[in-house]
Amino acid sequence: MTAHVITSPRFKENAHEAMLSPPLQKAMGNVERNFIERRAQAAANLPEFEALRDAARDIKTHTLKHLDLYLEAYERKVTEAGGHVHWAADADAANKIVLDICRKAGARTVTKGKSMISEEIGLNGFLEANGVTPVETDLGEYIIQLRGEAPSHIIAPAVHVNKEEVEAEFRRVHTHLDPKRDLSEPTSLLAEARGELRQKFLAADVGITGANFLIAETGTSVIVTNEGNGDLTQILPRVHVVIASLEKITPTLEDASQILRVLARSATGQEMSVYTTFSTGPRRPGDPDGPEEYHVVLLDNGRSAMLGTEFEDMLRCIRCGACMNHCPVYHAIGGHAYGWVYPGPMGAVLTPTLIGVEKGGHLPNASTFCGRCESVCPMRIPLPKLMRHWREREFERHLTPPTARWSLKTWAFFATRPRLYRLATRVAMGTLGMLGRGSGRFRSLPLASGWTKYRDMPAPQGSTFQAEWAKRRRAA
Amino acid sequence: MTATRDAILNRVRRNLGVSGTDVTRRAAVADRITRAPAGVVPARGQLDPADRVALFVAKAEGVQATTERVASAADVPAAVADFLRRHNLPQRVRIGADPRLAGLDWAVGAGVEVLSGPSDGSDLVCVSHAAAGVAETGTLVLTSGPDNPTTLNFLPDVHVVVVDAGTIGGDYETVWRDLRARLGKGVMPRTVNFVTGPSRSADIEQTLLLGAHGPRSLHVIVTG
Ligand code: SF4
Repeated sequence: MTAHVITSPRFKENAHEAMLSPPLQKAMGNVERNFIERRAQAAANLPEFEALRDAARDIKTHTLKHLDLYLEAYERKVTEAGGHVHWAADADAANKIVLDICRKAGARTVTKGKSMISEEIGLNGFLEANGVTPVETDLGEYIIQLRGEAPSHIIAPAVHVNKEEVEAEFRRVHTHLDPKRDLSEPTSLLAEARGELRQKFLAADVGITGANFLIAETGTSVIVTNEGNGDLTQILPRVHVVIASLEKITPTLEDASQILRVLARSATGQEMSVYTTFSTGPRRPGDPDGPEEYHVVLLDNGRSAMLGTEFEDMLRCIRCGACMNHCPVYHAIGGHAYGWVYPGPMGAVLTPTLIGVEKGGHLPNASTFCGRCESVCPMRIPLPKLMRHWREREFERHLTPPTARWSLKTWAFFATRPRLYRLATRVAMGTLGMLGRGSGRFRSLPLASGWTKYRDMPAPQGSTFQAEWAKRRRAA
Repeated sequence: MTATRDAILNRVRRNLGVSGTDVTRRAAVADRITRAPAGVVPARGQLDPADRVALFVAKAEGVQATTERVASAADVPAAVADFLRRHNLPQRVRIGADPRLAGLDWAVGAGVEVLSGPSDGSDLVCVSHAAAGVAETGTLVLTSGPDNPTTLNFLPDVHVVVVDAGTIGGDYETVWRDLRARLGKGVMPRTVNFVTGPSRSADIEQTLLLGAHGPRSLHVIVTG
């Protein structure tokens, strides 16, 4: 396997193909059904949820404004605890540092906890090309590693794969498997993966995990998982390597606790994930287990360049996945159509900043601007606004095709003339609302095939936002 | 190495338009780290001790842990023996050197065979003693150290955790407060595990299954 091939430039074709794939559409139905309801329940069960979102946002905003100082404080504490901090400017540098640690440890196989940063830098491909075998241990990551794919969701990487495909993959790779063994159900598949991976955990020389938080107060890295694979990855091998990007820094244990309270609830609707593990340095004198070496690779890879720009807000992202779980575009096309490792609204904002607007510039168009992503984002990241920034930048660069430019200009004409805009939208919404009332979505729209060819247009609810807003204001 | 480090820090400062020596900024950071303000702490855990334990138990069961209450630590071996019998498990467990467990009389009744030390993955049942419990989410807090191997928390099929009712707090902030009191400011055990229910995965067709890589079941014995 090599680093993930970027197909973001052919986003439209990807999206089109995705919408024609029945298994994918079924899988996306699961996302829509499960995640939305569970998150809503979890939020409703905690009266302080909205206040915690504010607190979480403020913590990250404060941290980003003082990032240099918190990074220094964090590094000091890691060193005090006997760990090593390695700074990496970009993906290449990070990969080399990890390889170097593996070589010094004489590692042949490394186990890995789920890490989006590892996906971002293409670590598996790099290690493999250099004679070190990486084994993904998160069940979803393991499945897509066998299939040679990128994740299609940041917390449920194999959400696009059905159980028959998992069985086929296990039978192909686990060659010792008795052909008569029943693997038709998720339970038997899980048992098979558990047995297979248990051997790998015990045999690995180095364990690599990501981090949900790096705590400046104590020099601690934090991982959050449900399976326990991240823990087995980091306590069994002799060497533990954490790879994390700069913005994972969080000032204190209390600050991390604030954010933890919104993380799992937003991600899976759990109040707390099963395992939240705080690791500080290598094993201590007298400790009966734990790694003898502890390394942290601190990765910039474009983060520092986002500071001080309109994209700084994006650095608050805690990778919970709520934005994609609630995104009608993601539901329609799945994660792979986005063409790299970060899908959905967060991917649409992040991808162009990380791989360049030339390659990722189409993604910010993958939005209906319905605003659901922002309304559920625990860190209150203004995702639609950030996507709009990209569109504007792209427009300025004249990368936008002429038809899109024309309609944006038309929109701008109306938008700067509020009275005309209200009139025009009221007429248009009334008509569209009547036409789309049945399914709530349009598969095609006259005069807008450029839009609906690759997107379902959500049917307007028969009234404009402005009219609805005015109504609510009157009611209040 | 330091060149990369300095380049990254300089880039951060340049783009933020700030200086690393600015006293106000340094004071703001030092203050936050020193004070560690609590922020928004859910009201749900702010209960008297009896209700706190009740909430802890309800929350732990809500995430598929099983629980039982015994009068005192001395009752733990019998409770464990009973648990093993109920689940048709061999009368053998592994524990760490923690005196709160190692100091108990495991020979009571028919007797449970007790192995000691870290797990190599072949143990069916391990027993740990939690440092604390957190009522708000039914979370167990386990800290590593010479007496408490972390492998016991993840490698067995069945994990039994003993927690003293008196150490069940309302919220995570209580855990941090107590740890600081025990170890000092800014110092952590090598590993602090928050465990909320047994291991699970929903990675295959979003079907929730227990027992992914960690324990398939989690049994909590509350003492006192
Ligand atoms: S942008 Fe917000 S909702 Fe999306 S993954 Fe990041 S934190 Fe979660």
